Amino acid sequence: MDYLVQQIVNALAFGAEYALLALGLALVFSIMGLVNFAHGEIIAIAGYAVFFAVGLGLGSPIAAVLVAVAMGPIVAVAFERVAFRPVRNAPPTTGLLTAFGVSIVVQNLLTLFVSPRPRAVSVFGPLNQTVFVGPYAISSLQVIELAVTLVAIAGLVVFLNRSLLGLAIRAAARDFATVRLMGIRANRVIATAFALSGLLAGIVTVFMLARRGSVEPDFGAAPVIKAFVACVLGGFGSLAGAAVGGLMLGILDVAILVALPQKYGGLRDAITFLIVGGVLVWRPQGLLGRTVELGDKEI
Amino acid sequence: MLVVEGLTVRYGPIVAVRAASIRIAAGEMVALIGPNGAGKTSLIGGVMGLVGATGRVAFDGRDVARLSTEDRVRLGMTVTPEGRRVFAGLTVGENLRLGAAIRADRRGVADDTERYLTMFPVLKERLGQLAGTLSGGEQQMLAIARSLMSRPRLLILDEPSLGLAPRIVARIFAHVAELKATGLTLLVVEQNIMQALAVADRAYMIASGEIRHEGPAAALRADPHLVDMYIGG
Repeated sequence: MDYLVQQIVNALAFGAEYALLALGLALVFSIMGLVNFAHGEIIAIAGYAVFFAVGLGLGSPIAAVLVAVAMGPIVAVAFERVAFRPVRNAPPTTGLLTAFGVSIVVQNLLTLFVSPRPRAVSVFGPLNQTVFVGPYAISSLQVIELAVTLVAIAGLVVFLNRSLLGLAIRAAARDFATVRLMGIRANRVIATAFALSGLLAGIVTVFMLARRGSVEPDFGAAPVIKAFVACVLGGFGSLAGAAVGGLMLGILDVAILVALPQKYGGLRDAITFLIVGGVLVWRPQGLLGRTVELGDKEI
Repeated sequence: MLVVEGLTVRYGPIVAVRAASIRIAAGEMVALIGPNGAGKTSLIGGVMGLVGATGRVAFDGRDVARLSTEDRVRLGMTVTPEGRRVFAGLTVGENLRLGAAIRADRRGVADDTERYLTMFPVLKERLGQLAGTLSGGEQQMLAIARSLMSRPRLLILDEPSLGLAPRIVARIFAHVAELKATGLTLLVVEQNIMQALAVADRAYMIASGEIRHEGPAAALRADPHLVDMYIGG
């Protein structure tokens, strides 16, 4: 029983993390049609920022959280300004290649100027303790992850439904040209989407550092692949789909790990992707995706 | 108020609009009429900066040809696009709010919202409804109200009658006449020639990307053969 409760919390925590990452990808994709594979490098840079901040004497976990959460949007907006804006009107493949380029360049710079080896970041250690909820021993980090994710998603929903820029992002997801006809600057809408996406990445950075206790140049690479799969599963471009896809993927990951005998644990990703593939045969547009309608004339 | 001189719009090797010149005085309503594919929407696109164009576009004496679409809207030009293009996933109220995005005067925005909901009562009934669930005529009214929320000085309506039943078209044009009576400067692009000529002061006729004729709407209306002659109606 104890084990089961632990694994359920574990699954939800992984799901929460994937959901935040997938939402970050979906926010940018929904308005720009860009799959930002450099999203992982936002996490990596934010992770290194924490590492250096601690090195410079910012030892408190709260200060470190602020560094990570502030760096996410800064890095994301910088990527947009430097790399993605110049190719905004280019064909989608150009944007995709640009994202890969940014990802590779950042990873190489981190390898070259910091170190190819992991750097220890133990400042978030205190977040990860065993707590007892009734008779069950669970990880405090996982509870925090779940709670913070719920708050972050609620905040995102409120922003997208109440603020003018939030409405503009939702509108731009279907028809950017008409949003510009409202006099709303495209640059502002896009920068806001990147900043939100970076904010979510910053939050994920804290969780990942707390769990792993170190940062390395390809820190964010694997999670972004997972987030990409979560988006595909949920329906690319749909924000609700990204959240649901992330959650499902987390649950799937943990469930497979629990179900498999120890020595086949390495097959986890293979089986996960096989199941995702199966779901896509059944629903090619993803769980919550919709087939895109195009207007009769583009202006 | 609007002066367009030698506007040319090209899509690659295709010339959609060739050296078009139009003028609209303040408070005037001008119709731009012509058959399907004549270049009407491209001309509007050039005026608003939605498509690349060469030539001069001046609004209120100010050269706007280099400005982005957003900046032109901020100066007081706006277009209700062809096909309405309401934000289908947003509510009627949210659509109107985005229409007022460039304005900071909360009071004025609230007053205008009330004003246009009174003008289009059907929108008031459906304020919380998703715009995508409205009928074509309702969407057209929403699109016009949304444009008006930016408090434009020049409103361009691109094919407001497209795909609508005659009864609804008549109602839309009644609203257009109402807007004209408030002193708003209007440019109405139409394939529905007689309907447009009935309300307009002047008309430009365009065919194959070229302005073929310009004159008082009443004269063209009185002699439909003129229309046939110029644009092969």
